[in-house]
Amino acid sequence: MSKLALAAVILALAASPSRALEPPSPAEIVEKAQQAFYYAGADMKARVTMTLITADDKTRTRVLTMLQRNVPDSQNQKYFLYFHEPGDIRGTAFLVWKYPERDDDRWIFIPAVNMVRRVAARDSRSSFVGSDFTYEDISGRDVSADTHTLLREEKLGDRECYVIQSVPKAATEYTKELAWIDKKTFLPLKEEYYDAQNELARLFTADTITDVPAGKDAAKEVHPTVTKRTMKNVKSGHRTEVRFDSVTYNAGLDDGLFTERSLLTPPQNWIR
Amino acid sequence: MRIGPALWGVLLILAAASPASAQDSDAASEPKVHGFLLGALSRRTTGAQPARGNDGDPVLEEGRVRLDISGASGSGETFFLAKGDLLYDAVVKGSDVDLREAYAGHAKGALDFRLGRQIITWGVGDLFFINDVFPKDWESFFSGRPMEYLKLGVDALRGRYSSGVVNVDLVGVPFFTQDTLPSAERFVFPDPLSTVPTRHEVTPPARFSNTELALRLYRQIGGFDASLYAYRGYWRTPGVRLDNPVSPTRATFFFPELSVFGASGQRNISGGVLSLEAGHYDSRQDPRGDDPGIPNSQWRLLAGYQRQAWEDFTIGVQGYAEVMENHGAYLGSLPAGAARQDRIRAVVSIRLSQWLDYQTWKLSLFAAYSPTDEDYFLQPEVFHKVTDTFSATLGANVFGGHTDTTFFGEFEESDNVYAIVRFDF
Repeated sequence: MSKLALAAVILALAASPSRALEPPSPAEIVEKAQQAFYYAGADMKARVTMTLITADDKTRTRVLTMLQRNVPDSQNQKYFLYFHEPGDIRGTAFLVWKYPERDDDRWIFIPAVNMVRRVAARDSRSSFVGSDFTYEDISGRDVSADTHTLLREEKLGDRECYVIQSVPKAATEYTKELAWIDKKTFLPLKEEYYDAQNELARLFTADTITDVPAGKDAAKEVHPTVTKRTMKNVKSGHRTEVRFDSVTYNAGLDDGLFTERSLLTPPQNWIR
Repeated sequence: MRIGPALWGVLLILAAASPASAQDSDAASEPKVHGFLLGALSRRTTGAQPARGNDGDPVLEEGRVRLDISGASGSGETFFLAKGDLLYDAVVKGSDVDLREAYAGHAKGALDFRLGRQIITWGVGDLFFINDVFPKDWESFFSGRPMEYLKLGVDALRGRYSSGVVNVDLVGVPFFTQDTLPSAERFVFPDPLSTVPTRHEVTPPARFSNTELALRLYRQIGGFDASLYAYRGYWRTPGVRLDNPVSPTRATFFFPELSVFGASGQRNISGGVLSLEAGHYDSRQDPRGDDPGIPNSQWRLLAGYQRQAWEDFTIGVQGYAEVMENHGAYLGSLPAGAARQDRIRAVVSIRLSQWLDYQTWKLSLFAAYSPTDEDYFLQPEVFHKVTDTFSATLGANVFGGHTDTTFFGEFEESDNVYAIVRFDF
């Protein structure tokens, strides 16, 4: 380490001696995990393949393009989802304006009748297109909706993790969630959701993590990204595997993309 | 066969799709070809025979092959779509082509144009249409074909301007398309003109001065998706002119001039979606409302609310009303013994949908009841997605009413059950 860098480290330590040694608070850990998992970069584009697998290994597949943009200076986000497969929902698109503290604005475009409709958004806990993931699993849950406790710190595989327990403040179909959050990347590596009988009901695993450069000319900035993840319904044996391909951060997604215009005329150069 | 003017749309599409006209530096991507096979079977359950029907109870017995071809230039700015069905219909024992949409489009910046046959859906109602002045195929819907066949394309030029201040859709329709109403080949209903020996129909000829214009201005206002609408064109269901009102020998069906002004709004409220819509129908060829062969001017009003009650279960309720403007003049003009409409036609509806088993099953019910007409319509349906490419639907259309002269009541003898299978490729 050069003398200059060493001096910088010492200065940094001196400026906040206690913060450097104490672990962040549980809510801060969850906040950082959300930032790493849902908010990386200014915007993000990916081709998403969801495979729905029944307990007896019958599969169904959904392929979609996901465009996502963080609204500057807020926790709000905008999503545009365009379905390529299966055939009966090909061309269907969703536009979601997500607000952590209130109901999302959501619109659907139904190509067969060329119609844009607002859809009720109270169902953030319901299944996303028939998968084991809920809308909330896809776009994140309000950090202040749960009470977070740091249970312990332990290794999961070769990764040092915080183990956080999150208990919903309002009645939800699960009673608590345990999350293993990587200390280095703050990505959730495993999440366990327990039901009212305190039995494991759903299990999330981050199966593949890829370092994705953040934009073409930002070679030094890298976002570790969960490019393969699984949500399993432990009780029924049904599971959904999700693969993110062609992930691009800071693609330059304009705010105008996230409007009714894109529903009515899908932005061809972004969705192909 | 609905092809006619759309042919020029196809030609334009071919021109747009040819590499020479794609002025983008990147090569155009390969056109995508998709489609499905659809089998639809629907049978009347009442035993009644339509006036021009075949023996037995078939309403639908058809097989369709859908082809859907789309593509875009390298930049994505120029694009085209053509989709249509080749079909065999055993009820009328014939094959046909149903060209659903065929258009070429260009979108750059704030501007977006489409030329050709295109389906346009406006307004916020669920099966109640106020500012959606575009053609519908009610025969298709009431016989059990999938919902997408309720809408018919218009042969039109549509331009759109999008901005943060306001979005503008302007549609010019030079070629008139009428609604498809339940026909006497498939549906049983009383015909008040059954004794008239000669009938013919006149549609507005394709002239520049006959071009229909439809305008929609929309933006968000206070959490509402708000729209203003204007339309100048024609009623899509015919009026009638008789050569002699006492003992007619000739009935001429024609499409009276119509203008519509309206507004709609939709927003989230209490975890659900509130929809409001209103429109004024100005029947321009019957300004005093005293021509019994032309629909009266009227107001149309709609309020609806939809929300999810529990996981994968949504409930939607609507109240709808048509208020006749010159009811007194209308009553005074009716010939003796003719059926009378009330000044207000009100309808309430409910739609229940429950998805089950990872959204592979859907149970749904649409029910509409009119307290003024005292008639009703029910459509229960079970949909099962067997695999990603194969689905099956079973349902029924049930009509009833106090008299056989009201909108749903006249089809009391046309109840049917339907089965649909669809295979996507």
